[in-house]
Amino acid sequence: MNQITLREALRDAMAEEMRADPNVFVMGEEVAEYQGAYKVTQGLLEEFGSKRVVDTPITEHGFAGLGVGAAMGGLRPIVEFMTFNFAMQAIDQIINSAAKTKYMSGGLIKCPIVFRGPNGSAARVGAQHSQCYASWYSHIPGLTVISPYFASDAKALLKAAIKYDSPVIFLEHELLYGNSFPDEDKEVEIGKANIVTEGSDVTITTFSLQVRNAIKAAEELSKEGISVEIIDLLTLRPLDRETIINSVKKTNRLVTVEEGWAFAGIGASIGAIIMEEAFDYLDAPIINIAAKDVPLPYAANLEKLALPQVEDIIKACREVCFRSK
Amino acid sequence: MPIKILMPALSPTMTEGNLVKWHKKVGDKVKSGDLLAEIETDKATMEVEAVDEGIIGKLVVEEGAQGVAINSVIAVLLEKGEDKSVLDAMDFEIPKPTVTETNLEVKAEPASIVNEEPKTQFTSNSNNSKEHIFASPLAKRIASDQNINLNNVLGTGPHGRILKADVLASSKSSTSSHEGPIVRIAQEYKTIANSNIRKVIARRLSESKQNVPHTYLSIDCNVDKLLELRHDINHARSADVNAVRVSVNDIIIKAVALTLKQVPEANSAWTDEAILQYNNIDISVAVSIDGGLITPIIFNADQKSIFTISKEVKELAAKARAGTLKPHEFQGGGFSISNLGMYGIKQFNAIVNHPQSCILAVGANIPTPIVKNNKIEIANILCVTLSSDHRSLDGAMSAKFLQSFKEIIENPVRLLLGY
Repeated sequence: MNQITLREALRDAMAEEMRADPNVFVMGEEVAEYQGAYKVTQGLLEEFGSKRVVDTPITEHGFAGLGVGAAMGGLRPIVEFMTFNFAMQAIDQIINSAAKTKYMSGGLIKCPIVFRGPNGSAARVGAQHSQCYASWYSHIPGLTVISPYFASDAKALLKAAIKYDSPVIFLEHELLYGNSFPDEDKEVEIGKANIVTEGSDVTITTFSLQVRNAIKAAEELSKEGISVEIIDLLTLRPLDRETIINSVKKTNRLVTVEEGWAFAGIGASIGAIIMEEAFDYLDAPIINIAAKDVPLPYAANLEKLALPQVEDIIKACREVCFRSK
Repeated sequence: MPIKILMPALSPTMTEGNLVKWHKKVGDKVKSGDLLAEIETDKATMEVEAVDEGIIGKLVVEEGAQGVAINSVIAVLLEKGEDKSVLDAMDFEIPKPTVTETNLEVKAEPASIVNEEPKTQFTSNSNNSKEHIFASPLAKRIASDQNINLNNVLGTGPHGRILKADVLASSKSSTSSHEGPIVRIAQEYKTIANSNIRKVIARRLSESKQNVPHTYLSIDCNVDKLLELRHDINHARSADVNAVRVSVNDIIIKAVALTLKQVPEANSAWTDEAILQYNNIDISVAVSIDGGLITPIIFNADQKSIFTISKEVKELAAKARAGTLKPHEFQGGGFSISNLGMYGIKQFNAIVNHPQSCILAVGANIPTPIVKNNKIEIANILCVTLSSDHRSLDGAMSAKFLQSFKEIIENPVRLLLGY
């Protein structure tokens, strides 16, 4: 099977949608002339011109608001944030202007906008440039939050997001842009999780970069006789509760893995849902793997220690499966 | 930093303990593993060893102190180089309840510790307020579905938590799903009053067993032909609705009667001065009734046809069970037959029916491999055992009886011929 990098898959998704619908356009810092801060939008300016691929000044609040207005006016903007750390500058536009308007207008005003960009850690970029915003945006009714891992999922979901009539937060990961994945065309429904590997002893729910760690952990654990089922959440809001619950009913054990911090995080929410809806199926407490409760360190060794590693996942799975001899 | 020694939780149910005895005094050196104190818990007195090393700086709790809460400070160890003065700065409040190392080490054994009345419902927590059973939600559900008492399940999860696998193992291992506590009935026995018949049986059989020198001889008989004969008899009469079915025992009665014609010595009674050899062949047939045993008699069995014998046996047995046998119907007789074949008994030794000299015990007929013409064949083998009064019959005479009996039984045409 052919391989494709994540950045190429994302670019292809945007290009295909831009070809199909003249109302789709991209804007953000460095997306046009520079071919994208991470080269995700490479080649788009050449194909679609400067009216459809728009360089913005360094004013997130400004161009986010501009995008929301454009969406409400009938266009379908893709707004790129250089990282979602910078989107905090624009968060009022994202939450109050984009997310809540359909509800507040009784459904009359729709806002078909996609906010996309890298989320979470990079390599030694310091605390202010490394936060994971998955739980912040997943908290808001009115937003759809997507965070894929595999390139094929990313492409399918970005296309679906562009076609979607409500605001979508599309969380990518800088450390994955250059990774090659199998190139396959597939349809992925927003709101459906994917079972990456099937297992019978413990369920891992995770998303984005941590999927890679989960897969490595599962390989190691299978040598110890622990069979791991990995669920790639794909869409964080709305969460595919059914897939998770069915999996826990099968394995009776759950380990949630995320890059963000534990408190008020994705894992905490999943844990609460499972405790409420699958209580009688739990044979062990749910363990939540998350970043250590500190702003992410800058030093490489500390950064590694602060973020979830494969070993943490392995230990957690062993713990929930523990039986004394 | 001085090291606080805390009152350990020596069992999952312990909340406080009594400090019975200190094994160290202030100023003593303490090495890891040294015996520190004896602590009395709700269950037993246990010795507590030191984990840390140092010198005893202060014994906070006195010897004999009662009701010391777990995790409260009972002593302080000074580390190397520390002076007593550091103790003044310390306060000895009871720390917040956290899981200490000692708690973790003690494996919870919810099952064996307290054997309260086993309760099968777990919905209300108040039932187990004295002792919380640690079980996962899944394990509790499965146990409740399968009516398994979690008190009897050993948990292998962390801290002795009961898991699904533990509950399933418990349900598989016990076929009666819960062995509750052993219940001993206070009243040691039921008093069953002896009926008259019981008393009579007791008296007569004790007398016989104690006074009659018994010999027992057994012989196997091939009853293939006998069974064929019986089948033919019953088949021939099947058209007649009033006909009673002839049993093997009926035929045996006839066979014994004919044998007694040849070996009249077996139809006798011992007295000190003389052996009384009966002139009539009257056969007592043992019949089991409610609460006992009785032996109605077939008089002059040698002169009666098998059909008559069969009919009489049935009538007498019915009367026996109804309790309407007249004394003359069961008192007397010269030779007894007892048959336990219907219970599958292969062979047994009966007790002589004194003053008679012999009783024949008939077992079940069992298909058995035999050697015939150097080949193995299956034959129906019936084992009969003659118990004889050795005063009337010597061994050889008993053997002769059995030999003749076997001859007749194995060649039932002799029954036709009458000898």
